[in-house]
Amino acid sequence: MDKTLKTVVLDSDKCIGCITCMRRCPTEAIRIVNGKAKILYDKCINCGECVRSCKGGAKRPVYDSFELVASYKYKIALPSPSLFGQFNHLDNPNYVIEGLLALGFDDVFEVGLAAELVTDCSKKLMEKGDLVRPVISTACPAVAELILLKFHELADHMLPIYAPAKVAAKLAKSRALEAGIPADDIGIFFISPCPAKVYSLHKEEVSNEKYISGVLSQSDVYFRLVEKMNKIETPRDLGKCGHFGIGWGSSGGESNSLGLGNYIHCSGVRNVLGVLTEMSDGKLEGADFVELNMCPGGCVGGVLNVENPFIARNRMRQLAEKMKTPPATMEEFGLDEKFFLWDKAPEPSTSFRLDEDMFAAMKKMMQVEEYLKELPGIDCGMCGAPTCRCFAEDAVIAGVVPDCVKLKERKKE
Amino acid sequence: MECLKLEFDVDGENFSSAGNASESVKRTLKQIGVPPASVRRVAIAMYEGEINMVIHAHGGKAEVDIYPDRAEIWLKDRGPGIANIDLAMKEGYSTASDNIRSLGFGAGMGLPNMKKYSDEMKIDSTVGVGTTVFLRINF
Repeated sequence: MDKTLKTVVLDSDKCIGCITCMRRCPTEAIRIVNGKAKILYDKCINCGECVRSCKGGAKRPVYDSFELVASYKYKIALPSPSLFGQFNHLDNPNYVIEGLLALGFDDVFEVGLAAELVTDCSKKLMEKGDLVRPVISTACPAVAELILLKFHELADHMLPIYAPAKVAAKLAKSRALEAGIPADDIGIFFISPCPAKVYSLHKEEVSNEKYISGVLSQSDVYFRLVEKMNKIETPRDLGKCGHFGIGWGSSGGESNSLGLGNYIHCSGVRNVLGVLTEMSDGKLEGADFVELNMCPGGCVGGVLNVENPFIARNRMRQLAEKMKTPPATMEEFGLDEKFFLWDKAPEPSTSFRLDEDMFAAMKKMMQVEEYLKELPGIDCGMCGAPTCRCFAEDAVIAGVVPDCVKLKERKKE
Repeated sequence: MECLKLEFDVDGENFSSAGNASESVKRTLKQIGVPPASVRRVAIAMYEGEINMVIHAHGGKAEVDIYPDRAEIWLKDRGPGIANIDLAMKEGYSTASDNIRSLGFGAGMGLPNMKKYSDEMKIDSTVGVGTTVFLRINF
């Protein structure tokens, strides 16, 4: 994992060194060092769980400043389906689109519309039958990172197509180019519900100067947008996204659009870990599709949202009932499967290993097991590691003897 | 050759904790860099073994020796023993109670799956004394 980019940074002044985030981190990627939480970026999957759990607001998600938008002549906004669930009394999605235009964007491409195309492509690929079943959705980048970090045995189940935000960016860019806008003038901005999408799009897109120019925070945009939306009297009928597309913003929306019978969808860090574990034990055989969302309730639960995920979800469901446009198809947009397929599969990460060399890793593991016989096994976190096992592993990797606070106390008694 | 030894108690009659031992082994194998396909075979074979111990034998012990090229697993219980091993190896044959079947277990695929996912399997069983299943999975 390239971790020169960061998803979450620590506000040291606010961090009081409590162990809440360390305990909640699903990949054991946080340690408390000198009284402050330290993220081990090579093990971080950008899920945002530490941001969600930090009581003091010391974990700051990283995203692009809204000011960046002004540096482009032709600005395109890519609103995610979950954005539409953030507003009270919103009964027409066009208010959001008009609001974005009023904010200074020249064009808006709904990510929900791109999601409908992703569904269409997924359906076609699944019908062909050359995907390993159950197929795991890769729309949630934190889930994809988790598989690449800890579930290598499931990597061949990953749906090998781009997430809706990227598809939306590709389509928006070609629409702008067709309209005669010079490529250098085009700035495409995804409005993200979560730090995981900020990170993944930065890694794939922004840093490689591909389609997306920047990734904004949904909550940052929200406050600017509400002001504009309040001034709109009658919005034009601009939205193209239908009820399937907006449904992608909450857990189960993607599977529902696929129209399959035998599928699983679940959300929330612990549940996702549970399902992946069952799957790697061979217990999901027979299922066609697995939709996993790291945030509770799906994208509406991302830490860059304003509204409670379940309230947002209720609103989106009611809004969806009014969005009668039939789902977009690849034919309609003149697209083939190649437009969606990954140009290369992502590399599994080895940062979970004790050593790159297997013999050395085995030796280290033997030492870990030796230390574990001594350690109290209560996972109190006083040493700054989330579990006694982690503490032992850290010590072995660093070549030191684990110095356990609890053991010292016991010896004194 | 020196190997990495792991030992687990498998708690009987507790379906929710069945799988804890194979889960631990899976984590260890991943951390030392065993290829994913081999990790999966160990996990499935061992999970089935654990479930068997819970269903039929009120738990037992799992001992795992990990070598650079293979895992050797002993699943030891003091359960009722297997009267007819050939019959027990048949797909679909099961002595599990209706109660257990209603939980979705006891489909008669445990031992056949363990054989399918391992490179060597030996069963040593005495009725009234207990059963030891040995599994070898090459990486």
